[in-house]
Amino acid sequence: MYPFNYHKPASVSEAVSLFRNADDPMYLSGGMTLIPTMKQRLAAPTDLIDLSGIPEVSGIEVSADRVRVGAFTRHNDVVRSPEINKTLPVLSHLAGLIGDNQVRNRGTIGGSVANSDPSADYPAAVVGLGATVYTQDRSISGDEFFLNLFETALHPGEIITHIDFPVPTRAAYQKFPNPASRYAVVGVLIAEFAGTIRVGVTGAGPCACRASGMEEVLNQNLTVAALDAVEVPDAGFNSDLHASAEYRAHLVKVMARRALADLLGQ
Amino acid sequence: MKVSFKVNGQAHEIDVPPNTLLVEVLRETLELTGTHVGCDTSQCGACTVHLDGRAVKSCTVLAPQLDGVEVTTIEGIGDSENLHPMQAAFRECHALQCGFCTPGMIMQAIDLVEKNPGLDSQAIREGLEGNICRCTGYHNIVRAIASVADAKPASVK
Repeated sequence: MYPFNYHKPASVSEAVSLFRNADDPMYLSGGMTLIPTMKQRLAAPTDLIDLSGIPEVSGIEVSADRVRVGAFTRHNDVVRSPEINKTLPVLSHLAGLIGDNQVRNRGTIGGSVANSDPSADYPAAVVGLGATVYTQDRSISGDEFFLNLFETALHPGEIITHIDFPVPTRAAYQKFPNPASRYAVVGVLIAEFAGTIRVGVTGAGPCACRASGMEEVLNQNLTVAALDAVEVPDAGFNSDLHASAEYRAHLVKVMARRALADLLGQ
Repeated sequence: MKVSFKVNGQAHEIDVPPNTLLVEVLRETLELTGTHVGCDTSQCGACTVHLDGRAVKSCTVLAPQLDGVEVTTIEGIGDSENLHPMQAAFRECHALQCGFCTPGMIMQAIDLVEKNPGLDSQAIREGLEGNICRCTGYHNIVRAIASVADAKPASVK
């Protein structure tokens, strides 16, 4: 790992000011992706700005129709939050499928979402549940947040403060994990909001996205059999040593079927 | 940079470059070599220690992140006269072959049992997702943890 300067600001404004005054800075959240990336010298920031000391970006607030999760909330805090388990159990379930226990004890929701790893789990929830991502400057719709491979709508220096998830009538998430890394080869989250269906997909393409073809069909006919008629084209899907684009397209349908069966069983 | 933290109840102040890893601090600065480095890529779990009571991989924590934190390593849970119940169970069930993964397995197992009452053997296997044993001694490891968790004995496959 190359040398860097380390900073631990106590507020978002201090963090942003440190960012503006550094050569090539990066924010450090849980570090579960960034630290291994730096060890491999795939990232070499001049300055690391540790967000762990900022009270504004932590905490969980649950109301009847909204779950607000602070960006620095670690995955296991979402897994174990009694309020989230009661109001938005799909989010606790999804968080419990990330990586392994040691990773869940360190990794944060803000870090995961800001990184836009094509195989990360949380982006499926941001897209599938129609979440809103808040930064120090603005709010960004979940539909418009993920732009590409490791690319989001965040501007340089912008910090996610919290994410608001609307509470659906019911929802389910199913993933096909890579057996070694537990990253989603494909993950599908299906949510029902007052009769309207949203489908969020991760792992398949360069970043999480909605499966609008599936949504249209399921809005007419909310059955597992209805999914059989949906074509999932593999154009633009990822192809790597873990899975071809064609196989990923197949998995999108299989995971969607499983998620819908779960949802209908609730 | 200066970092103050506790290891196994003892306060330390060290002065290390920011790009120093927790596992390097433990093994090289404090000479606590019970924590092992296996893969050094946060996959194998041999370097698992507790930070404020939570299992983490010490190859993926930077020294400056330790400020004000309490670290527990394998040296801090028991000694040869007074084994921790998890260590005793590993010995009793012969839950190790070469022993390289054992410190990380034990630290993760303690976290797993403390946070998840009523573990069954399947949940133990899933809970060891982040720990790799290349002697493939998982079966006895699961038995050892189950005996501490008072879970159902692992089925023989």
